[in-house]
Amino acid sequence: MQKLETIKTKSVSKLKLKRFSKGILHLEKMMLAAAIFIIAFFIICAIVPHWVAMYSPTKMFPTAILQPPSFKHLFGTDYFGRDVFSLVVYGSKTSLLLGISAVIVGGFIGALIGTLAGYIEGIVDMILMRMIEIIQTIPSVLLALAIAAVLGSSFTNLVIAISVSAIPTYARVMRGQILSIKNRPYILASKSIGMRNSVIFLKHVLPNAYSPLLVMASNGLGMAILTGAGLSFLGLGVVSEIPDWGFLLSQGRNYIAAGWWISTFPGLAIALFVLAVNILGDSLRDQLDPKKRLS
Amino acid sequence: MIKLIFNRGLVALFVLLGALFSVFSINYFLPTDIVDTLLAENATSTEVAENLRKELGLDLPFTKQFSNYLVDLMHGDFGQSAIDGEFVIEKIWTQLPATVVLTVASLLIAVIVGITLGVLAAVHRNTVIDYIARLVGLFGISMPTFWSGILLILIFSISLGWFPAMGSDGWRSVILPAITLGLLGAGFIVRVVRNSMLEVLNEPYILTLRAKGLTEHIVLYRHALKNALIPAITMIGVLLGDFLGGTVVIETVFARQGLGRIVADAITAKDLPIIQGVVFFIAIVYVMINLCIDISYSIIDPRIRSRQVKGG
Repeated sequence: MQKLETIKTKSVSKLKLKRFSKGILHLEKMMLAAAIFIIAFFIICAIVPHWVAMYSPTKMFPTAILQPPSFKHLFGTDYFGRDVFSLVVYGSKTSLLLGISAVIVGGFIGALIGTLAGYIEGIVDMILMRMIEIIQTIPSVLLALAIAAVLGSSFTNLVIAISVSAIPTYARVMRGQILSIKNRPYILASKSIGMRNSVIFLKHVLPNAYSPLLVMASNGLGMAILTGAGLSFLGLGVVSEIPDWGFLLSQGRNYIAAGWWISTFPGLAIALFVLAVNILGDSLRDQLDPKKRLS
Repeated sequence: MIKLIFNRGLVALFVLLGALFSVFSINYFLPTDIVDTLLAENATSTEVAENLRKELGLDLPFTKQFSNYLVDLMHGDFGQSAIDGEFVIEKIWTQLPATVVLTVASLLIAVIVGITLGVLAAVHRNTVIDYIARLVGLFGISMPTFWSGILLILIFSISLGWFPAMGSDGWRSVILPAITLGLLGAGFIVRVVRNSMLEVLNEPYILTLRAKGLTEHIVLYRHALKNALIPAITMIGVLLGDFLGGTVVIETVFARQGLGRIVADAITAKDLPIIQGVVFFIAIVYVMINLCIDISYSIIDPRIRSRQVKGG
């Protein structure tokens, strides 16, 4: 009897928990909307920064050095008297471009390797996958860092550094995807009616294989931007008049006791953008996964 | 079983050799070499450069250089600094303890927070707990460590004065960097554990256990959890690599001693041999750890064991 009571109270409290949660759950949709808004905002910042920023990123206010955030300077000013908000807005271009290029290059090469390995199999598969394993012996951040250090930091070299360390993940996912698709009945059926191999591949295998790649590219963009900012933080970033987020952050670190805002806001920009991209990636995955959609 | 360990070990060794070979050949075919770095400041005649190359064995054919390099590695010689000639391995040994302490502490935080939250989230799916866990997961993987580290310094060192902002003496100095890295790891683990636990809970054998009348507690923690943890173990292996690489950033943020510090300083000084030496050292450690993890879960999971023995 006593046991029944405890079960009852337990289930009541669980019910309350569920009801409370229901109100929160539609937050998920709002989060997705917010994520898309943030991504759009930063893309606008990257393409037309002068629409968003109040000042030029190189303009110095000698009378307003190390000012805390105010209406005149939303994110405060740095040690040169530059407006941090404008710096963050203009800095988005390098950071975003670096991340997007790295994802495109890494995703394309990785997908190509994975596709070849999965479709041809045999010795090609073995050689390619061993190469992938070789890349994976070095932790990805460290690999990107080592490549950037050896090649020197130009935009192209940084793209190479970041994308090489991301190749293995794309290759593995794509390979698994191709392997699982190529033995499905509809592929066998196309083979049996005498379709050419290349047509089957282009028309039936590829279109069915790329969707997880989209999810990966979305989450990969987050990783790529984090890695890029990290390299820049360590002093391996692209040297230019308009600093990127990672460099801004590392510069602000030296003035952390005098002005918390200099490093806090560029970091916030990185975190917000990566968060938004990850939310988008998660929701894409949920949409594409029929198991999750049904439950 | 022994055959399996042997096979795995062989593959790991082969892959490591491949990594050494590729990095070595990239360095070999690069237009600039260590001599250029050494002589960068005082532009001397080409004769001096040639003599130095001869002395360092850089004029030898590729295969000879590579085999020399391998022999050196086996004697524990990871190369010398291009700046002060110090042996990389000596630097590594003096700095390793600080990095190990940080990595272990971060991993502990990541595992405890990650697994607890991940399991709770899956069990109480679509409740507040689940929601919190997912937020922790999202924030964990999205926040740049060099930023969250700075935020922690701002709050707990500069404002509250609870922990030192930098340095690496005493246990108090480990806490903030460990939380920073631990949060990142927890983010990854929460996501993996939640997903795998959800998947396991949908398996027919869980239904069987419930139909048998076992209490929910036993079903969840004695049966489901065990199977759900296998992907988490793989994740921990990957994370260890992330942590070892991530220490480069974290040790810079907190001005700590450690392996990452060597690399960060070497970047500033453009001291490539040091970077290469430390990266190889970490690669070797990383491969060994993952080899152990690989073997260990073949032991834990009979399905993987039988598949691998059959497959070769």
